[in-house]
Amino acid sequence: MKVTCLSKGSGFHFPPCHILDVSGFRILLDCPLDLSALTIFSPVSPSPKMEEEEQTYDFAVNNCLDMRKRQKILKSLICAQPWYKTPNNLHLWDPSSIDLVLISSTMGMLALPFLTQTKGFSAKIYATEATTRLGQLMMEDLVLMHNEFQHFYGSDSGSPQWMSWEELELLSPALRQVALGKDGTELGGWMPLYRSTDVEDCVKKVQTLKYAEEAWYNGTLLIKAFSSGLEIGSCNWTINSPKRNVAYISGSKFHPVHAMEFDYHALRGNDLILYSDFSSEGVLTNDEHYNNFPASTTYNSSTPRDCSTDNDDRILKECLLRNDESLEEREKVAFICSCAVDSVKAGGSVIIPLNQLGIVLQLLEQIPVYLESSAMKVPIYVISSVAAELLAFTNIIPEWLCKERQEKLFSGEPLFSHPELMKGEKLYVFPDVNSPELFWQEPCIIFSPHWSLRLGPVVHLLRRWRGDENSLLVLEDGLDTDMALLPFKPLAMKVLQCSFLSGIRLQKTQPLLEILRPKVVLFPEDLREQINISSSHSFPVLYYAENETLDVPKSRGNVDLEIASNLATQLSWRKLDHDDDMDIARLGGQLFIDGGKHQVLSGNKVSDKPLLHWGFPDVEKLLAALSKMGVKGSVEECMSDDAESGSDGIVHIHEPSKALIEVRATRTVISARDERLASLIFEAIGTLTDGI
Amino acid sequence: MAIECLVLGAGQEVGKSCVVVTINGKRIMFDCGMHMGYDDHRRYPDFSLISKSRDFDHSLDCVIITHFHLDHVGALPYFTEVCGYNGPIYMTYPTKALAPLMLEDFRKVLVDRRGEEEQFTSLHISQCMQKVIAIDLKQTLQVDDDLQIRAYYAGHVLGAAMFYAKVGESAMVYTGDYNMTPDRHLGAAQIDRLELDLLITESTYATTIRDSKYAREREFLKAVHECVAGGGKVLIPTFALGRAQELCILLDDYWERMNLKVPIYFSAGLTIQANMYYKILISWTSQKIKETYATRNAFDFKHVHNFDRSLINAPGPCVLFATPGMISGGFSLEVFKQWAPCEMNLITLPGYCVAGTVGHKLMSGKPTKIVLDKDTQIDVRCQIHQLSFSPHTDSKGIMDLARFLSPKNVILVHGEKPKMVSLKERIQSELRIPCYLPANCDTVHIPSTTYVKAHASNAFIRSCLNPNFRFLKRSKEENSDQVLRNTNSTALLQVNDERVAEGILIMEKGKKARVVHQDDLLLMLRQKKHDIQFGYCCAAQLDNLEETGNRDGALSHSDKCSCLQLLFKELSNYFSGVNIQDLGEHLQVESFQVSVCLKDNCPYRIIDSPRKEAPTIFFCCSWSAADEKLAREIISAIERFNLSDNLPCKNSK
Repeated sequence: MKVTCLSKGSGFHFPPCHILDVSGFRILLDCPLDLSALTIFSPVSPSPKMEEEEQTYDFAVNNCLDMRKRQKILKSLICAQPWYKTPNNLHLWDPSSIDLVLISSTMGMLALPFLTQTKGFSAKIYATEATTRLGQLMMEDLVLMHNEFQHFYGSDSGSPQWMSWEELELLSPALRQVALGKDGTELGGWMPLYRSTDVEDCVKKVQTLKYAEEAWYNGTLLIKAFSSGLEIGSCNWTINSPKRNVAYISGSKFHPVHAMEFDYHALRGNDLILYSDFSSEGVLTNDEHYNNFPASTTYNSSTPRDCSTDNDDRILKECLLRNDESLEEREKVAFICSCAVDSVKAGGSVIIPLNQLGIVLQLLEQIPVYLESSAMKVPIYVISSVAAELLAFTNIIPEWLCKERQEKLFSGEPLFSHPELMKGEKLYVFPDVNSPELFWQEPCIIFSPHWSLRLGPVVHLLRRWRGDENSLLVLEDGLDTDMALLPFKPLAMKVLQCSFLSGIRLQKTQPLLEILRPKVVLFPEDLREQINISSSHSFPVLYYAENETLDVPKSRGNVDLEIASNLATQLSWRKLDHDDDMDIARLGGQLFIDGGKHQVLSGNKVSDKPLLHWGFPDVEKLLAALSKMGVKGSVEECMSDDAESGSDGIVHIHEPSKALIEVRATRTVISARDERLASLIFEAIGTLTDGI
Repeated sequence: MAIECLVLGAGQEVGKSCVVVTINGKRIMFDCGMHMGYDDHRRYPDFSLISKSRDFDHSLDCVIITHFHLDHVGALPYFTEVCGYNGPIYMTYPTKALAPLMLEDFRKVLVDRRGEEEQFTSLHISQCMQKVIAIDLKQTLQVDDDLQIRAYYAGHVLGAAMFYAKVGESAMVYTGDYNMTPDRHLGAAQIDRLELDLLITESTYATTIRDSKYAREREFLKAVHECVAGGGKVLIPTFALGRAQELCILLDDYWERMNLKVPIYFSAGLTIQANMYYKILISWTSQKIKETYATRNAFDFKHVHNFDRSLINAPGPCVLFATPGMISGGFSLEVFKQWAPCEMNLITLPGYCVAGTVGHKLMSGKPTKIVLDKDTQIDVRCQIHQLSFSPHTDSKGIMDLARFLSPKNVILVHGEKPKMVSLKERIQSELRIPCYLPANCDTVHIPSTTYVKAHASNAFIRSCLNPNFRFLKRSKEENSDQVLRNTNSTALLQVNDERVAEGILIMEKGKKARVVHQDDLLLMLRQKKHDIQFGYCCAAQLDNLEETGNRDGALSHSDKCSCLQLLFKELSNYFSGVNIQDLGEHLQVESFQVSVCLKDNCPYRIIDSPRKEAPTIFFCCSWSAADEKLAREIISAIERFNLSDNLPCKNSK
């Protein structure tokens, strides 16, 4: 088995991506887009309608000097139709060599149309139903938002100018690093965006699964998805091959607010775990920053081990399920809500360009509560081409939600409150800022893509409110804020940057692995420094790094075989002469390989005579044995001319009829006209040798 | 190891479905229903047959409920809260959401209206439902290390599922109620091709074959439309779930198309609330309805309003859905009393009504009077329309499912005995599958497949995967026949690749059984192989040898070849169907090899006196023990051959 990490990704929006070679099949794990790279492009000028408003509204400090300055800044970004950055190393692999693609989350799906539109690509793609639907909506939204660029620049074809070396040289170092990567090799990863027909085509090729649905690939690999808790529909995978069971763990959350909980029990008992949760990379420093909360007692691996394993497991489980992280997440959301309320109280508006569905749903539920408690009546808008469908979708998927939300189904309430809010005219959903029905009322709170601040309605909204110091922009961490806000400077509005947990806390990694009890763990080299998991554990840890192929040594040498009982009862057993403990029998049948199982069912008949012999029949003993059977003969010591062996002998049989036995070191030949005699001799030799 | 199937309910009858199956030691209860037709102890399955000591937690591994109908879930609160079963219970999400509504509705009817002593309380229902684990379709759930279950879409009502259960190598499917054709709001049953020891299927319509539903739907719509057009009122007594939503979708859609303004009412708050469940669970409905979620959820009925009691005698036409179905009491009876005497009105009845209800009386004959009790009697002058669509599969569907799954055994439940008998005959004669019709409290024993487990060495697996080509030749005559029959000439050669698995099974004390290739065995034993072969040098007649070659007996290479080719031809004719290969120097059949022997004194030429009178040619043969029989046949054939007949007169220089 081989594992190649194509990209370790970064953060929630750019999950890692691997190639796995197992049992002769090549599996691609996730196919993400690095959308944070979009920030090197300049957003397009506002649409005519918005521009008017902007000019009337635009800040008073709008003097000539500022304008020039601003244009200069804009110039430093790339003014061209954006391309999109895929994991560069993915292009080093022949798409036609991939047999299977497993998509863990909506974010891991965004580059999939690039793959499905390549010639020769014929892999089977698996993703959960919810991921597929949400991923399709995200991709459609992306295409629609991108159209604005197309209207502005016109549709040009061929390699864009900014990609020429002369132009790249002119870029600022920060931009150049995004464009070329740290080592300057990543230019090949840039792709022009797919079209909506490509998205449609791509989604058609996805085989959707439920959680824990069994999918058989080629009758050999058993693929199953288990909830990871990261987002609605996102999952971890188990891949059972005849020789090894593999679990793939990507970003997972123990206590998601809406999504179904991380189902780690199901990942137990696998031979190998590919641990691919990079969320805690470099988090240690960040953690201190956030640790206003009582320090959680970390799991102590030196706990005395004399307690029973059950008890041990219980302690581990307690540690895993300690709910501190979700409390923390809730506090963050509460903080955003109160900041938002403060802003609208002061007469400013709030822009929330977040794309994490989980966070958006939390805010959509929490903000109205906060507004009500402070007696504010402020409209909330959700502006996105897919918002209406997205919100409707969240209310029909109880099977993909956490226990608490499912309770709402069982008590007959809507899963999320947004239909209620819409009915109560607290929440409005519009496809875009130019919607004719859009009835604008300020101050307001607006949810609108895209988090990169380069695409979608957020660009126009930022231009509108950037001068208002009472307004608030909520940003996600992980974005280069300076670069992201560059085109909107000078910026008077407040910016709240927040990071959300998008994976397993480092202190829970160790107990998790102990509970899962794999035979081997593949762990990111980059996290090696931060966590010391190699000591005091029963399982070996192999470290993998980006763009390196790790060869995992064989674990199980044997294939498990099932023999039909009707066949097994017909076997004729034989004890070996020199070994009492060993019984052997000749097994013949038909081998069926299906569902990863090897089964021998009765088929061809096995000969009742032994077919394989070892040992050596002594000529004298042979004569003696034959005479007992009434067969008489004499030995002719052979002066063999070929120097095969001195022990050659030829036995001539006279009675009952003529025959000849030629005994050599590795071979005996029986020659007789009479069939019965021949089989008598065969039997006699059988008694002198071992055979089966 | 075996499968044991104990039928506690729905054996040769419809009602209180409950089957307890033991597979390789694991015990599962499928459905836990109640019988609507009885008021005494016969209402519930006889749980004491599961465990005399009533220790259900230890005698059952899990309970599986297929759908929310009372004859499948009605006894569950009684079983858990009164009998004390505390183990896991599995249902699909919709069943878990909707079953408590059905149970509560039923409890109310029992207690409030019939004044009966209650069998279980509201608290019992909610406590019971707390123990239920909801599962999704196709989700493969490991109940414990050995028992695996999975739900498949059954289409009967929202959330209805067929359940697959597997323990070790034994597997079975319990269908519950299902529908093989899609209806207005649900899809058709769907299942994978599984390897099953047992299929337990419902057989409500064991002998009926039904036509398309659309005609009957049209009939219903026409009747309703005619009634409201004439200013009449339509009463549709239904249970809160299932049929109500299906008919409502039908009517809502029809109202929209026909631009009707007549109000449609739902009687109780219950049904409106039920619509909320349907809205959330829309992904469990048919494809067409499912897709409406983004635009307008199909269960957001446009023309449906809440009904107020004061509207009963309001003038003007209307359509009213009222609970309970079968008009067994409650609101539907109240409305019936008011509306039945007017001939403008219409009452639609469901396909099935339990004896004793007003619905049942209306269905049997055309009564003009219904006697409720000695003080009340109702004149019935209104029209009666009987709905005849039922979400059960017909006999064709049952046969299709059984054919598709090809289980080793079939058990029929949930049907009427005479019809089940005829279906059983069909299954046994047409599908050649043993079929059983256990009555209630009967047990059926079925052997299950088991396997012996062993490790297999790589060499063994590889040797099994090696191609084992067989080239089958057709003889000329056979071929010409073929040509006559079939103008396209079929290939002369057929290639067959029947792979053979042959290895050696080793049992060693204290170790797992292993299957190895024979080379592995020798390596393991550190022994060298000793070949035991058979050899024989036989003679064939060759008359005109003198003419063809030199007489010294030393045949030239080309003669050798031609002799071998002659032999090849002869043997091919003689043993048609046996694959003989011409390898130039020798011919080969399996392990049997034959070549021209030129030695004067071949040690394998056992017979002393070759027939001197006729020129002979010797063929040296060798073979291994496995092909002894074949070899002897070939040799005796060779000895009978006279190759000279066919020898071409060549080399006549």
